[in-house]
Amino acid sequence: MTAPRKRRQASKPAAAALAEFMRRAYAMELEAAERYADFAAQMEMHNNREVAELFRSLAQIEHRHATSIRKQMGWKSAPQVLTAVRWLGREGPESGAPGELHYLMQPYHALEIALANEQRAARFFAAFARRSGPAAIRAAAAAMAREERAHARLVRQWLARVPRPDPGWDRDPDPPNYNGE
Amino acid sequence: MQQRDSVSLALAGSGGAGVMTAGNLLLEAAAQAGYYGLMVRTSGPQIRGGEAAALVRLACAPVDNLDDRFACLAAVDWQNIARFAAEIPLGPESLVVGDPAQGDPPPALAACGARYASLPLKALAKGIPGGWPNMVALGALAGLAGLPEDAVRAALEGTMKKGGAALAASVSAMRLGYAEAPKLGPFARLAPPQGGRRGDRWLLSGDEAAGYGAIRGGVRFVAAYPITPATELLEWMAPALAKVGGALVQAEDELASINMTLGASFGGVPALTATSGPGLSLMSEALGLAVAAEIPVVVVDVMRVGPSTGIATKTEQADLNIATRGLHGDAPHLVLAPNSVVDCVRTLRWAVHLAETLQAPAVVLADQFLGQSRAVVDRPADVAFAGGRKRASADDAAYQRYAITESGVSPMAIPGTPGVAYTADGLEHNERGTPSSQAPDHLAQLDKRARKLERADFGEHWADVEGEGELAVITWGSCTGPVREALARARAEGLRARLVSLRLIAPAQPERMARALDGVRRALVVEQNHGAQLLKYLRAEYTLEADLESFHRPGPLPILPGEIHRTLAQWGRP
Amino acid sequence: MSTASAAAITPQSFKSGVKPVWCPGCGDYSVLSSITKALAALGLAPENAAIVSGIGCSSRIPAYTSCYGFHGVHGRALPAATGLKIARPDLTVIVAGGDGDGYSIGGNHFLHACRRNVDLTYVVMDNHVYGMTKGQPSPTTEPDWDSKLAPGGTGLREFHPLVIALASGANFIARAFSGDPNGTADLIAQAVRHPGFSFIEVLSPCVTYRPEQRGWKDAVRPASVAVTDDPARAARRLMTDDGFNLGVLYAGRRAPYRAAPQHEPQSPASLELDFAL
Repeated sequence: MTAPRKRRQASKPAAAALAEFMRRAYAMELEAAERYADFAAQMEMHNNREVAELFRSLAQIEHRHATSIRKQMGWKSAPQVLTAVRWLGREGPESGAPGELHYLMQPYHALEIALANEQRAARFFAAFARRSGPAAIRAAAAAMAREERAHARLVRQWLARVPRPDPGWDRDPDPPNYNGE
Repeated sequence: MQQRDSVSLALAGSGGAGVMTAGNLLLEAAAQAGYYGLMVRTSGPQIRGGEAAALVRLACAPVDNLDDRFACLAAVDWQNIARFAAEIPLGPESLVVGDPAQGDPPPALAACGARYASLPLKALAKGIPGGWPNMVALGALAGLAGLPEDAVRAALEGTMKKGGAALAASVSAMRLGYAEAPKLGPFARLAPPQGGRRGDRWLLSGDEAAGYGAIRGGVRFVAAYPITPATELLEWMAPALAKVGGALVQAEDELASINMTLGASFGGVPALTATSGPGLSLMSEALGLAVAAEIPVVVVDVMRVGPSTGIATKTEQADLNIATRGLHGDAPHLVLAPNSVVDCVRTLRWAVHLAETLQAPAVVLADQFLGQSRAVVDRPADVAFAGGRKRASADDAAYQRYAITESGVSPMAIPGTPGVAYTADGLEHNERGTPSSQAPDHLAQLDKRARKLERADFGEHWADVEGEGELAVITWGSCTGPVREALARARAEGLRARLVSLRLIAPAQPERMARALDGVRRALVVEQNHGAQLLKYLRAEYTLEADLESFHRPGPLPILPGEIHRTLAQWGRP
Repeated sequence: MSTASAAAITPQSFKSGVKPVWCPGCGDYSVLSSITKALAALGLAPENAAIVSGIGCSSRIPAYTSCYGFHGVHGRALPAATGLKIARPDLTVIVAGGDGDGYSIGGNHFLHACRRNVDLTYVVMDNHVYGMTKGQPSPTTEPDWDSKLAPGGTGLREFHPLVIALASGANFIARAFSGDPNGTADLIAQAVRHPGFSFIEVLSPCVTYRPEQRGWKDAVRPASVAVTDDPARAARRLMTDDGFNLGVLYAGRRAPYRAAPQHEPQSPASLELDFAL
C-alpha cells in the first residue's frame, strides 16, 4: 500500500520516471476532486446546501490543480490512471474519508476535512522529495509539497472565518425516517 | 352382445403387483388398435408397497374424463382395496374379476351388486417361467374390451425394447389371460375404432403436454422445486430443454424458483416455473414484482387438494381465488386454465405468448387430474401466435423502459444492448424506471399496467363456446370433460344447452361472455371446490343476465358426467 | 465477456445520474465507488454487466450504476442473479445487498448459492443492523446490542457469514472495508475474475444506527496470511478470525456450475416424437 517508492527509476530514463510520477500526482488530485464532488452530491441530496457548495468549491480547486499538472506536462488528453497512489493508509493522500460526513455538518467540519487532506498531501510530497531518486522527481515533489502547504494555509484562513459549531450541532429532534421497502 | 363406444376398466393391486405398468400397456394397446383413451393413476400414501389402481377408459372417440361407473374391476389381490371403493364406482352391470387364491372379494365390493368372476391370475402366471399375474390381467382386460391381441403384443414390444426372455414371458402370460376373457361371462366389447391415422395421435400426460406447449411457446429456462403433482412436468422438461438449448435448475425452494425465472426472463430468455398450491403461495410476493417490473413469466399451478398440504395426490380446483386475487397491491396479471390433457399444449403455448407480449406474469391453473392423466389424443393443430416480447433497440437516447404508451406495452431493453440499460424495479417508478413516490407516477404506471391487459386482443382462445339454447353451463379446467359428456347426454334427451369453458380466467372478458351467453336465461357454473370460487369470481367480474346456479363440490374424487347430467336433466323437466 | 475499448471506460462510465439517498458518512457510498472502479478495471462495457439486489439500504445500488440493474424483492437477489447468469452466461453478474437481506430472509439462498457455485460475485455490505426499517438487530448484530425491538439485546450469537460460505462451498471468500475503496475495488475485481461463486463481505458502517462503527477504520487490518485454496486451513483461519482481517481469505478450485451439457439444439417440434404413436 505504498507510493511509487523506488519504482523502476534505475531502469527508466528520468523523463519517463518523472512523467509516471506526475501521472500519479494527477490521479491523486483527480480522485480528491471526485471525492469532494461526491460529498457535495450527498450534501445536496440531504438539503445541506451550504456545505454542498463548499465541497463543490473544494472539488473545483482540486480539479484546477489536476488541470495545471496536465498543462505543465503538456498532455493532450487526460492520462488513463484508474486509482491514485495510496499512502499511509488506504487511500490517496488527498482524499477525504467518506465516513467523516454527517448530514447536519457545518462548513467548519468540511474545512477540517479539507485541512487534514491538504496537510496529508503536503507530508506525502515532502516525504517523496526527501527520498533518493532522480533529481527531477524530487524537485517536482518538493514543488508539490510547497503548493499543498500553501493550500493548507488558505484552508486555515478560511476556517478562521467560519463559526465554530456549538456543542450539540448534530442533534435532530426528529427520529430517522422510515424508508421501509 | 351389444358393443359400446367407451369402456372403463380398473386394475387394482398392492405394491409390487405392477398394476400401473399393466394399465399403461392397456392404454398403449388401445392406441395401437386405433382407439382413444385415458388413464388415471391412484394410490395410497406409501412411496412403495401401498395399494394402487390404474383407472383406464378406452373409447372410440377422444375422452377427457372418467365415466360414472367402471365396467370391470380386475384385482390382482384384495388388500386394502376398500379404500378405492369410492374411486372405482361399480354397479350391478359391472364385472369384478378376482383371483380365487386371494379369497372372496371384500364385502364393500359385493354390496354394489356387481357380478363376480374368478380368474386364477397367480396360478396361470406360475405356468410360465418369468410370467407375472399383472400380464395375465392385462390380457384378460384387453380381451374383455375387445382389443386385438396383436395390439397388446405390439404395446409390450414397444415398451420392453430389450426383448428377450422377459418380453416372451410377458407375451405368453398376456395371451393366457386374453384366452380366458371369453370365459368370464358376457361383456360388451368396444365398437370398431373410428377412422383416422394412428400416426396422427399422441399418447401423453397433461404435465408433458404443458411442458411441450411451453417449449413450443419459447420457454428456454425453467427453475422449480419438486412438488406433487407438478414434478412430472419438470422431469419431462429437464431433458427436453437440454435438447433445445435451454436449461432447468432445481431450486432450493419456491421463493428461489420464481425469482430465478424472473432473473432469466429479465435476461431476455422466456422462463417458466411449475408448482402446486403451496408453492404458488410462496411465489405470490415475486409475482407482484413481475407485475411492477413488467417481467414476463409463466407459473403453472398443477392444483391439488388444499389448503395446506391437503391431499397432495388428488385433484381439486380450489386455487382460483389465490391465482386471481392472491397478489398484493393492484396487480393485473393473466390467469389461464387448460381444459383437457391435450389442451395443455395450446394453453401453455398461449400463456407464454401472452406473458411475453404483455410483459406480465401468467398463472396457468392445471390440476392433478389433467397433469397426471395419460391420454391418447389427436395430434393438436400447430397454433403459432404472432407477437412476442417487444425489445428496445440499441443506443436510443430517448429510451424509457416504462414509457407510457397507448397499448400500455413499452419495449424492454435486454441486458447486453448498449445505450438503453435500466434497472428493473419493484419500487414504484417513473417512465425511466427511477424510483418515485409521486402520486402521478404511481397512477400513470398503474394505468399502464392495467391497460396492457385491457387492450390486449385475446381472440377466440378465451373460451371454448359450444352449442345453443337458453341454457348454458359455464365451467373450466378438468371439469370441462365431464360437463361436455353430460351436455351430450342431455342433448340426446332433447335439452338445448351451451357450453362455455373458460381458458382465460383473468382478465375477464365481459363483451365476449355477453356474446357467448346472448339469449341464455339460466346457467350452471360447474367447478370442483368447496367454496364456489368460479361462481363468486363471475359475479364479481361479469354482469350476467342469466340466472346463475352452482354445481360445486371439492376433491379428491374427480367430477363425473352423471353428477352434472342429473342437474341438467332436472332443468329439462317442464 | 465482451470488453469495450479500454480508453473509453472509466469508473465514471458506470455511474448513473441517479443520486444515492444513503446517509452522508454511510459506507455504501464507497462500496458503490468500489464497484464502479472494479468494473472499469475489468474493462467491461456497462451493458454487459448486471447488478442484482434485494431490499435494504445497500440494495439500492443497481439504479446508481449505468449497468443493467435488477432491484427485486427482499432476500431473493441471489436466486434472481442465479437465473440471470444461467440464462445469460455471457453477462457479468454482481449481486449486492446487506446482512439482513442476505443472511436472514435470504439465508437459505446464501447456502445454496455457495453450494451451487454459479459464476457470480456476491458483495454483502454488512453493518450489523437493519437500517431501512430503523435499527433492528440483524443476524450479524452483537448479542447485547440494545434496540427497541430487542431491548437489552437479542442474546443470540452472531451469524458467521464467512464460515458459512466456506462450509457451503463458496469458491472465493474475502473481507473488505468500505473505508478502503481502492482495496475493496481490487477485491471485487479479483472476485469477478475468479470462477464460480465469489463472496465478499464488506464491513460498511451505518453511521445512523451504529455510529460506533466509525471506529472500524482503526480496527481493520490486512490479513497477515497468504491466500489459501485449502478449505481446512481456511476454516481454521476463519474460525479464529476476529472479524477485522481484510483480504482474500480463501480462493478455491471448484469447477463452477454448468447447466446440462448442450449439444446442437434440436428443433422444439421434434420433441413431439416423445408422444407420437
